[in-house]
Amino acid sequence: MEALKEELKNKIITTLNLEDIAIEDIADNDPLFGDGLGLDSIDALELIVILDKDYGIKLVDPKEGKTIFQSIESMAAYISANRTK
Amino acid sequence: MTQNTYIQSYITIQNNEIVLNGTSVFKIEPTDFADFSKQAYRNFDIQYPKFFKMDALSKLAFLGSELLLSPIISAEKENNIALVLANKSSSLDTDVKYQESISDKENYFPSPAVFVYTLPNICLGEISIRHQLKSENSFFIFEAFNPEFMSNYSNILLNSNKAETVLCGWVEFFNDNYKAFLCTISKEENEKYKNETINTLYNK
Repeated sequence: MEALKEELKNKIITTLNLEDIAIEDIADNDPLFGDGLGLDSIDALELIVILDKDYGIKLVDPKEGKTIFQSIESMAAYISANRTK
Repeated sequence: MTQNTYIQSYITIQNNEIVLNGTSVFKIEPTDFADFSKQAYRNFDIQYPKFFKMDALSKLAFLGSELLLSPIISAEKENNIALVLANKSSSLDTDVKYQESISDKENYFPSPAVFVYTLPNICLGEISIRHQLKSENSFFIFEAFNPEFMSNYSNILLNSNKAETVLCGWVEFFNDNYKAFLCTISKEENEKYKNETINTLYNK
């Protein structure tokens, strides 16, 4: 699980071009949106692509994203339970 | 009555160099645009992380407009600054990248973050968001820079009081070849460029 969290932090920084943010700056329970990392709606769509492309998870209901993408912790838990690759 | 309009300020970005009002303000050794734009952003100490999410065309327009507009933007009042830009290649550079990302049906993962830049006028939106502009804006596609059109269009906006200032110019980007030429025009008298036109400044 710790390796997956690290991997997710790396992917988020690289894919979402978070130029001024390092892995150490992201705590596992930091909110990804709003006051946390400050991600926006386009970033949310990119996170859905990451789930599909890298972990074989297709989000059927985009509303699920609100819970799944709360933090690195919640993302990692969801991926661990649902990944197909 | 048609009033005279005056070029207030201008900027050129090309060949790893930024020239503001005729003075080189940033120049680095030859590199690609991604590196050049990042170094320029750092050099001018711009604080706007969304810059790094933009495509190259928007970064180019953003850098030019940042240096021209930051000194004249007021936080106290609404800034009626129209944006009129043009280029030759539209958003083709990003269009090609996006097309490549969806060309393999077995590996079909279109990127929303790339897709949103597959229109050239998005760079106007980026500038407007940055400076909270709710003013007129237009993006045109021409075979080559058309100074007469730019001048006429800007004068109409100013003389019909649609805008107090116009930021107009050329922002061309394709395959890492780029040139931006932007200038601000208003009815405020300015003798500094009285013997210049958009065309002469563009060709300097």
